[in-house]
Amino acid sequence: MSVPRSSFIRDVVWQRLRHNRMALIGAVIVLIMFVMAAAASLTGLDPAAIDVSQRLLPPSAAHPLGTDDLGRSVLVRMLYGARISLLVGFVAVGISTLIGILFGSLAGYYGGWIDTLIMRFVDIMLCFPTFFLILAVIAFLDPSIWNIMIVIGLTSWMGVARLIRAEFLSLRQRDFVLAAQALGASDGRLIFRHILPNAMSPVLVSATLGVAGAILTESALSFLGIGVQPPTPSWGNMLITGKQTLGSAWWLSVFPGLAILITVLGYNLLGEGIRDALDPRLKE
Amino acid sequence: MSLLEVKNLRKSFRISDSLGRTTGQLVAVDDLSFSLEKGEILGLVGESGCGKSTTGKLIMQLLKADSGQVFFAGKELSGLSSRQLRSHRKQVQMIFQDPFSSLNPRMTVGAILSEPFVVHKLAPAAQIRNRVIQLMEKVGLSAEHEQRYPHEFSGGQRQRIGIARALAVEPQLIIADEPVSALDLSVQAQIINLLKKLQQDHNLSYLFIAHDLAVIEHVSDRIAVMYLGRIVELTSAEELYRNPRHPYTEALMNAVPTPDPSHPRPVALKGEIPSPITPPSGCHFHPRCPYADDHCRRSAPNLVELGKDHQVACHHHQQVGKYLIREK
Repeated sequence: MSVPRSSFIRDVVWQRLRHNRMALIGAVIVLIMFVMAAAASLTGLDPAAIDVSQRLLPPSAAHPLGTDDLGRSVLVRMLYGARISLLVGFVAVGISTLIGILFGSLAGYYGGWIDTLIMRFVDIMLCFPTFFLILAVIAFLDPSIWNIMIVIGLTSWMGVARLIRAEFLSLRQRDFVLAAQALGASDGRLIFRHILPNAMSPVLVSATLGVAGAILTESALSFLGIGVQPPTPSWGNMLITGKQTLGSAWWLSVFPGLAILITVLGYNLLGEGIRDALDPRLKE
Repeated sequence: MSLLEVKNLRKSFRISDSLGRTTGQLVAVDDLSFSLEKGEILGLVGESGCGKSTTGKLIMQLLKADSGQVFFAGKELSGLSSRQLRSHRKQVQMIFQDPFSSLNPRMTVGAILSEPFVVHKLAPAAQIRNRVIQLMEKVGLSAEHEQRYPHEFSGGQRQRIGIARALAVEPQLIIADEPVSALDLSVQAQIINLLKKLQQDHNLSYLFIAHDLAVIEHVSDRIAVMYLGRIVELTSAEELYRNPRHPYTEALMNAVPTPDPSHPRPVALKGEIPSPITPPSGCHFHPRCPYADDHCRRSAPNLVELGKDHQVACHHHQQVGKYLIREK
């Protein structure tokens, strides 16, 4: 009898994900956001092109989402804003995941005083209200998009570190890890070939949810004027521009606001779907 | 010189509460001594929680003993540096009880079996694949299984993979930690036969850990019976069956099922194995022992030599045997 080659991920997780309607909706939203970001340059339009004669026009055929107070197309600016959100989301989460994996692995693998030291540091970091920490740091730094990504990354790795540590603690005592150790495998081989690949599932979930968090944080910072600086468009700073004219030109803030809402929802739905799909306790 | 010699080995685990304060200790292995010759199969038998697996891990240096020594071919293992230890590991390998958790679920069989060659640089990269396939054939798997993942195999096949992994480095001693107790009865016999054949082909020594005598009976040259972290009887397999001198051994032998329905049913061993955190006073076995008296409650018996290669730890070893059910 020939058994088709497969893995747990392909067989079970993918099957479950496909049958989870909410997760699929989330995946489609995430996909649409990628398409938006890619489509930005295809329009050939400059998001900063000012045309005062076209200012504050309501949605129409020429400007599907209207124009802002400087006559720029809201649609084009939103497409470019999707790029910023995507960039911030992925880079910030990438930084936080790497730091979290590094600290979590060291703490979980070596234990003892290394563990105590790292986990107390995690506790200290968790004591700071993250958003105000970011505000304080950005106040000292030049509020460029790179600084924002780095600061978000540096303040959001603690959850990943805890997850990875917990996984390491249980995997460290599993028979296949002991078998590799009994075989004479080095620490590096045990960590990177045996333990870490088996510890990544919860990290995938937390990273997906983390993207939503990072996008939200960036939007909030831009809304407060210390995030992405005009004229570079970001959903957050478009929102603040629209605030002054909310009564007369609703389209300036409603569309970016909706974009933020739907995107964050999409990542959350997808993340929760992956979490359910990876949960070995859930049966069909 | 013995291949493996264990001297006064002791291992305890700290019990702590949620705040990390020590609230007690669990003595898993207490003053354990035995030796194993080249080519010999030593069976280690006892109930769950009596410290058999801990003993295996201590010998493997996967756990650090509180006190006592393990000598391999005359060399004391706790004194090795981590580099020396990794090189030493080629000589002693382990087969695990649960074939579902002893293989990395994210590695193919080929990757699992090439690891020993890579770690110890035993073969040039170009030859590793051939060596892996040779190994697979040796344990009764076919070369086409190489690209599959562990979850695609049955328990027996997985255990064969585990055996192949242990054999890869050509060890002298294999610690088999209940290698068949997670398998179906029909598969158990196949795996035991495979282990015996490999032992003859490669002149291997085994420390064969099991929780019932039925499995160990046909395999071992000598048998050590463990109860609550201590060896209570140690002798040749033949002598143990003919002439058990410890009441616990006697009870274990009565518990081996027989196919004859008219055979008197064994008196089940009273009670559960006591908690090793709060072991009974005196002889650890006295609460369950039909021979126990006040002396047993007060003082723990030492392991004494009864005659040629027969050691037992019981105050009443002369009387033991009167409850033993003999087959007709």
